[in-house]
Amino acid sequence: MSSEAEFGTPPGADTSPGYQPGSGDSTRRGLRTYLIGLGLASLMTIASFWAAQTHLIYGPGISMAIIVLAVAQMGIHLVFFLHITTAPDNANNVLALAFGILIACLVIFGSLWIMANLNHNMLPTQQMMQMQR
Amino acid sequence: MNTAAVSHALGNSAARGRGTEGHSETTSADGPASRRIIVGYGFWIFLLSDIIMFSAFFAAYAVLNGATNGGPSAAQLFDTHSVAIETACLLASSFACGMATLAVAERSQLWTQLALLATGLLGLAFLGLELQEFSSLVARGAGPTHSAFLSSFFTLVGCHGVHITAGLLWLGTMMAQFYAKGFRQNIQHRFLCFSLFWHALDIIWIAIFSLVYLNGTVI
Repeated sequence: MSSEAEFGTPPGADTSPGYQPGSGDSTRRGLRTYLIGLGLASLMTIASFWAAQTHLIYGPGISMAIIVLAVAQMGIHLVFFLHITTAPDNANNVLALAFGILIACLVIFGSLWIMANLNHNMLPTQQMMQMQR
Repeated sequence: MNTAAVSHALGNSAARGRGTEGHSETTSADGPASRRIIVGYGFWIFLLSDIIMFSAFFAAYAVLNGATNGGPSAAQLFDTHSVAIETACLLASSFACGMATLAVAERSQLWTQLALLATGLLGLAFLGLELQEFSSLVARGAGPTHSAFLSSFFTLVGCHGVHITAGLLWLGTMMAQFYAKGFRQNIQHRFLCFSLFWHALDIIWIAIFSLVYLNGTVI
């Protein structure tokens, strides 16, 4: 048993995402989790719709505020609706999620970077036409 | 002392699993993981690859955002009010799906069916609003063939809509299976996958309403 303590999670202590254990007391706890999630997610949604229309925030900062709120709301959905936590029994799910986020970020920011670079280095259409003559 | 610390560190999940779910739901230290964990993890991997597919559509939209071909831009087209209602529908639908998860854990046929019905009706309302928006865009001459911006918009949001449609068909199947076959172990595993799918679609919608609609109307 002591070797298990050294290695953290012993084998067979995993859980699946979105799993709701048991009934009775767990249900009450689960209901509270979903209600907190709904409350926080609604708050984030209202905040980002408000941020899109308000004149109280510095103009160029609005889109950044919306992105930050979106990321926060995704985190809330993951924790309260999909039950992805930092507990040791969730390590596999979190690692898979981290890899997915890495690939998604590479695809999105990589595309933006490359296309912006191409746009920057491309001749204006007018000049291109003249060169082809 | 050490043993007590380990059993404490394991958290309640393993202990609870043994207490309430019976032997089939637990994993022993020397055997393979239970079916529920394998099914759930496999579906989680599928969902992540689905999200990666969506990230390619998001990248295309972000790159082609300005390519409006002299036509209407995002700021001129999108109606934030209808998007707000769509968002509320999908969030409530996701919450109702969570309630269905609790009802299934309680083995309550009535509450399961009611929660799933609410999930489905809210999803249907979302889909109706989205189709209305699409048809009004096409009627205004801003169809997917007009510009690269609109092509990428219809691909991204339409792909999410197709996922919702597939999810609604799956939801109807789950309701029928719970009704006809009861709370069998394999049906519960199917429902676990469905609830993951439905919550993941709501997460993708967060990205869509933030990056496409709200950012589009701001800039």
